[in-house]
Amino acid sequence: MVKEIERAGFPVVHACTVVPISLTVGANRIVPTVAIPHPFGDPTLTPEDEYKLRRDIVLKCLDALSTEVDGQTVFKDE
Amino acid sequence: MGKCKIVHYINQFYAGIGGEEKANVPPEKRDGFVGPGLAINGAVEGVAEIVGTVICGDSYFNENLEEASDKVLDMIKSYEPDLVVVGPGFNAGRYGMACGMVAKLVDENLNIPVVGGLYEENPGLEIYKRHAYFVPTGNSATSMRQAVPAIAAIIKKIAAGEKVTEGYVAKGVRKNYFAKERGSKRAVDMLLKKIAGEEFVTEYPMPVFDRVDAQAAIKDIKTAKIALVSSGGPVPKGNPDRIEASSASKYGKYSLVDIFDFVSSNGETAHGGYDPVYANEDLDRVLPVDVLKEMVKNGEIGSLHDYWYSTVGNGTSVANSKAFAAEIAEDLKADGVHGVILTST
Repeated sequence: MVKEIERAGFPVVHACTVVPISLTVGANRIVPTVAIPHPFGDPTLTPEDEYKLRRDIVLKCLDALSTEVDGQTVFKDE
Repeated sequence: MGKCKIVHYINQFYAGIGGEEKANVPPEKRDGFVGPGLAINGAVEGVAEIVGTVICGDSYFNENLEEASDKVLDMIKSYEPDLVVVGPGFNAGRYGMACGMVAKLVDENLNIPVVGGLYEENPGLEIYKRHAYFVPTGNSATSMRQAVPAIAAIIKKIAAGEKVTEGYVAKGVRKNYFAKERGSKRAVDMLLKKIAGEEFVTEYPMPVFDRVDAQAAIKDIKTAKIALVSSGGPVPKGNPDRIEASSASKYGKYSLVDIFDFVSSNGETAHGGYDPVYANEDLDRVLPVDVLKEMVKNGEIGSLHDYWYSTVGNGTSVANSKAFAAEIAEDLKADGVHGVILTST
C-alpha cells in the first residue's frame, strides 16, 4: 500500500513496528513504532505520558515527510 | 549416523499456549514434539526424530529481536540437533518473520540445515529464503496436511545424506557446475534463438525489483494537508463495513470530522492478527488522531484530511492491497492531500 500511494505521487511515511517487513515491501520513509498491538501508544504509561509518546512519534513522522530521502531511510531515535 | 536429531521452532499458537493475547510470551523449550511436531515426527519416523521444541510468542520475537534471538539459539543448541525445522508459518506475517530469523540464526551460527514452510507472499520468505529449504505452502493452516509431507520429504533426504534438489523455494544461492559448452557459445546460442523468435531459457533470471522512488519532501509542513491510512484495521465502533479480520477483500473510508479523540465507544480494530485489547481501548494507539487534531489546532500542520482509510493487513493478498491503495490514492489526489502517514501493526 505504501508503495502504491507513493507511486501515485504522495510522500508517504510508513509507521510500523516490524521495520524489516517495511524495508522488504519497499517503503522509502520509515518510522519505527512502539509495539505491534499498539504502535502509537504504551498502555503501561499514564495517559499523559502516553500522549506525549504518541506526539513524539507523530512529530518524527512529520519530520520524515519533510525530509528529502534518497532511497530507503529509517528515521531512528537520535 | 544414527537418527537425525531435529529441533522444531513454533509459535505460541501452535504450542497451544494461546492466541494473540499470548503473543508476548518469551522463548521456552520443551523436550520432544509439540503441536504440529506430532505430524512431522510421525512422517519422518525411523530416520529422524524431534528431540526438542523451542517456542516463542510472535510479537515477543519481533519486538525483542536481539534478546529473543540469543535465547532461542541457546535453547536450540542445547539439544545438539542435526537439523532444525521452523513452522510451517503459512502466510502469518510475524510468525513467518520469526521462522525466517530462526533459520538465519541456525544457518549462520550452527551450520546445520533448516527446513520450513511458508506461503509465497509471506515477507519472511522473501527476506530469509536463502537460509532454509522452505517448502511452498498454502496461505493458512488448513494446508498443514500438504505441508507436512513436503517438509518430511526434505528432512528424509537430508537424513539420508542425499542432495536436496527439489520441493523448495529457490534459495537464490549460486552453485558452480561444469557445463558442456563455454559461456560465450551458450550466450550466442541464446541470442540467435532470440533473434529467430524461438524460445530460449536464460541461465540467470533477472530478479524483479518493484521499487518506487521516494517522492519529494513536503516543503512547509505547517500548511500541508496530511492524510491517515492504516493496515492495522482501525474502524468506527461496530466495524460498519464488516472488514474481514484476515484476508481482507475491502477497505473502508471513514469521516474524521467529528472525531477528536478515540475512546472505547467510537473506535475499534477489525484486525485479527494481533491482540485487539489496546486498540479497542484507545484507537489513537493505531491511528494517532488525537495528536494530529491538536496539531491542526496549534498550527503545527496545515490540516488533516477529513477521512481516514483502513484495511486489515493480515494475510491480505498483495493484489488486493495494491488495488485498495490505488483507489485510495485517487481519492487523496482529488482532495489535495500533500502527504500520507500510513500506520501498520
